[in-house]
Amino acid sequence: MAGKSGREIIAEQPFSWKTFFFKWEWFLVLIFILINIMNANLSPYYASVSGLFTATNSFLEKAFIALPMAYILVLGDMDISVGSIACISAVSLALAYNAGIPMAACIVVCLLVGTLCGLINGLIMTKFTELAPMIVTLGTQILYRGIAEGILGDTSSGGLTAVKWFSNLYWGKIGVVPIMFIVFIICACAFGFVLHKTVFGRWLYAIGSNKTAAEYAGIEVQKIRLIVFVLTGLFSAVTGVFLAARMGSTKSDIATSYEMEAISMAVLGGFSTNGGKGNFIGVVLAIFIVGFLRYGLGLINVPAQAMLVIIGLLLIITVMAPNIKNQIQYSMKKKNK
Amino acid sequence: MSEYVLELKGITKIFPGVKALNNVQFQLKPGEIHALMGENGAGKSTFIKVITGVHKAEEGEMYLDGKKVNFKGPKDAQNAGIAAIYQHVTSYPHLTVTENIFMGHEKKKNGIIQWKEMHEEANSYLKELNADFKATDEMGTLSVAQQQMVEIAKALSMKARIIIMDEPTAALTKRESEELYRIAEKLRDEGASIIFISHRFEDMYRLASRVTVFRDSQYVGTYDVDGITNADLITAMVGREIKDLFPKPQVEIGEEVLRVENLTRTGYFKNVSFAVRKGEILGLTGLVGAGRTEVVQTIFGVEHFDSGKVYLEGKEVKIKKPVDAMKHGIGLLPEDRQKQGLILDWGIGRNITLPEVASYGKNGLTNDKKERQVAKELAERVDTKVVTVFDKANTLSGGNQQKVVVAKILASDLKVIILDEPTKGVDVGAKAEIYEIMGELAQQGYAIIMISSEMPEILGMCDRIVVMCEGKVTGELDRKEADQEGILKFAMAKSLKATQE
Repeated sequence: MAGKSGREIIAEQPFSWKTFFFKWEWFLVLIFILINIMNANLSPYYASVSGLFTATNSFLEKAFIALPMAYILVLGDMDISVGSIACISAVSLALAYNAGIPMAACIVVCLLVGTLCGLINGLIMTKFTELAPMIVTLGTQILYRGIAEGILGDTSSGGLTAVKWFSNLYWGKIGVVPIMFIVFIICACAFGFVLHKTVFGRWLYAIGSNKTAAEYAGIEVQKIRLIVFVLTGLFSAVTGVFLAARMGSTKSDIATSYEMEAISMAVLGGFSTNGGKGNFIGVVLAIFIVGFLRYGLGLINVPAQAMLVIIGLLLIITVMAPNIKNQIQYSMKKKNK
Repeated sequence: MSEYVLELKGITKIFPGVKALNNVQFQLKPGEIHALMGENGAGKSTFIKVITGVHKAEEGEMYLDGKKVNFKGPKDAQNAGIAAIYQHVTSYPHLTVTENIFMGHEKKKNGIIQWKEMHEEANSYLKELNADFKATDEMGTLSVAQQQMVEIAKALSMKARIIIMDEPTAALTKRESEELYRIAEKLRDEGASIIFISHRFEDMYRLASRVTVFRDSQYVGTYDVDGITNADLITAMVGREIKDLFPKPQVEIGEEVLRVENLTRTGYFKNVSFAVRKGEILGLTGLVGAGRTEVVQTIFGVEHFDSGKVYLEGKEVKIKKPVDAMKHGIGLLPEDRQKQGLILDWGIGRNITLPEVASYGKNGLTNDKKERQVAKELAERVDTKVVTVFDKANTLSGGNQQKVVVAKILASDLKVIILDEPTKGVDVGAKAEIYEIMGELAQQGYAIIMISSEMPEILGMCDRIVVMCEGKVTGELDRKEADQEGILKFAMAKSLKATQE
C-alpha cells in the first residue's frame, strides 16, 4: 500500500561497490597484510603455518577481554577494571587449587569470581546512573587489585603445572592449531553473531546511539548494561584462566594494563568510545594486527619500550584516518567550488 | 530620506546545488514591526543571514536609508545598526550578563576594560527592559526568556536601528511571550524597526503591521496584517489551499479504554484523573509547566508515580517501565523527537522497527527482510517523504521526522496513542498532514491523547479537552462548549484565584 501521495519507498538496499570497498574493515585488512609482509621480510622463519599459529599464542589470551570490550564501547560505556578482574580471578583459581579443590571446580570458581566482579561494576552503574563508568571502574580496578594484593602480598600462588590438562589449555595444540586459538575463534564468532544478527545486538547499538530514545522504544537500558558488564567480568576471568595456565602460578601484579590493550584493540577495530558504532570483524582484525605487529617486532629484538611507541603511533594514526579522509574530501570540495 | 529604512531587491543566494533564495525582495519601513513568514526551508533564515552579512548574495542589491550598501561580513552589518536575536541564544553561559552584552565591543580605556561603566550601562538597559535580574548575574543561571532579554540589551548597546528576531517566542511561555511583545512594541515606539520571524500566527496578529511571505525560496507577497485572513496567509505560505486545516472526522466514540485515577507524583502533579475512549481524541492542555508531559511520561512508565491507579479496559494495570506500557497497548510520541523519539544517524527503517524488533524474527534473531518490509509499509502509511528506508533520520525536515516517529509508534499493536506536542516546530503543510493522520487513527479505533499548547489545534482536533494548571486538573470541556477563553480560564485558574484573593 503506497501513501496518499502514491509515493513508493524503496525497501531494498542498492548494492554499491563504492560503499562496499570504502569500509573501515578493508583498511584494517590492508594494514594486516602490510604487517605480515613486513614480518615475513624480517624473519625467514615467520611465514610458516605452525609459526603463525604459535605466534597467536603470544597475544590471544588478552584478546578475550577485547570481545566484550567491543560491546561496552558500542553501549558508549567504559570498563577499565578488566585487568584487575583477570588478576583477581586467576588468583582465586590458584588459591582454590592450593586449598585442595579439583582443578575443574577451580576454573568454575575463577569464572564465578570474574562474573561477580562484573556484577558489582554493573550494579553500581545501573543503580546510580549518574556516575561516570570510567570513574566507577577506576575505583573497582584499584579495589580488585587491592584485594589480590591483600591476599598474596609479594608471594605467588602456584603449582598449577601439576595438572597437565590445565597447562594444555594454553600450551596444547590440535594438529598445528593451539587450543586457545580454537576457543578464541568460537567465542569471537559467537560475539560477532550476537552483535550483528540478534535483537540483543540491535539493542546495544540503539542504546549506544541514543539512550533516551532507546528507553522510549521500550528497551530496558539498565538491564542490558548490567548484562554486558557481567559478561565483561566473565570474559576477563576467561583471560585469567589462560593466564594461569600459561604461567602455572599467579601473582597480584599479573594482567596489568590489559584494559588499555583491550580498549585499543576495540577502538582500532572501528568501535567509537562515543557508542553506537563498529563492526565486529574489525575488532578481530585489530587483535591480530596488534598481536602480529608485536610478534614481528619481537623477532628482530625491538626493545619493549620502542614497541610501545610503535603501537601507540599505530593506534593514533589509524583512529585519525577517518578524520583525515573527511578533511581531504572537504578541502577537495572547497577547491571545486 | 527614503521611504524605507531597509530595502532588498532581487536577492539570489546559491548554495551548491540549491537556490536558497531566488530573486526575493523586502522593504522595511522605519518604526514598523514586520513579520516574515514561511514554511521551514522557505529561505527565511538564509535571508536573515544575507541581511546580517553572514552570507553574501550572488545577485541583488541592498539599500539602507536609500543608500546602497555592500556588507563584507557581520561586522559591517553591526556597524550599520543591524542586530539579530536568534531562537537559540548563542551566549557564553559562564560569563556575566554584562560580559555577554558587551562581548566584542567592550568599553576600554588605554586597553583596560572599564567594568564599572559597563555594569552601569548594562543595568540601565536591563532597567529599561523591566528585567528582573542584574548585570552581574551569570548568564547560565537565567531562563531562556531572560537570556533573550540579554540579547535584546546587547542590540540596544550596539545602538541597533534594525532588530531581527528569529522565532523568539518558540521557547517561551505565554506570559514570557507577552513580556517580549511589550519590549518589541517599546523598541518600535522608540524608533527601531523590527523584523519578526515566527511560526505562530498569534505573534504576527499581536505585533506586526505588515507581513512578508516566502515560499520555496521565492517572494510571495507583502500584506497588511489587518487585511489578511488566516486562510489567505496559509494559502500564501503553503501554495495550495488548505480548505480545512483541521480535518477532524466524525467518529463513533466507543467504550472507555484508558482511565487514570488520582495519579500523584510529589512535586509534579496531584490527583490527576481522566479517561479516554475508543475513537476519541482527548486534548490535554495548559500552560507550559502545568505538568502535562510529566503525567503522560508517568502513564508510559518513563517516570514513576507515588499514588493513583491506571485502568485499561476496566482492569487495573501496573506499569513500571515503557515496555510494560507497550505490552498493554499504550504508545507515546515523546515531546522531543530528536532526543527521545529518533536515533538520528540511523536509517528511518531501523528507527521505525526498533520498538518491535524482537517480533520480526525467531529465537532472538533479527529478520532484516521482514523489518524493511514493515518499515516501508508504515513509512508509506504516514506518507513520509523519503526515497528509501535507509535514508538517515537527520537528513529529514522536522515534519518528516515527526512522521517517522508516528510510524514507529504504529509498529506496535496499540490501543492508546499519546502524542506529546506532535506539531511542535513543524511547518504548516506538515502540520495539516499530521492532523489528517490523527483523524485516520481515531477512525481506526485508537484512543488518542494529545498534549498541546497550541489553542487552535486543541480546539480544532479534540473531542474533549482536559485542562491542567500547576499539576492539577482544573477543568474539562466538551468540543461543543470549548472556546479559547474557557480554556484559558482553567489554564490560569491558580493565578486568577490568587489575584481574586
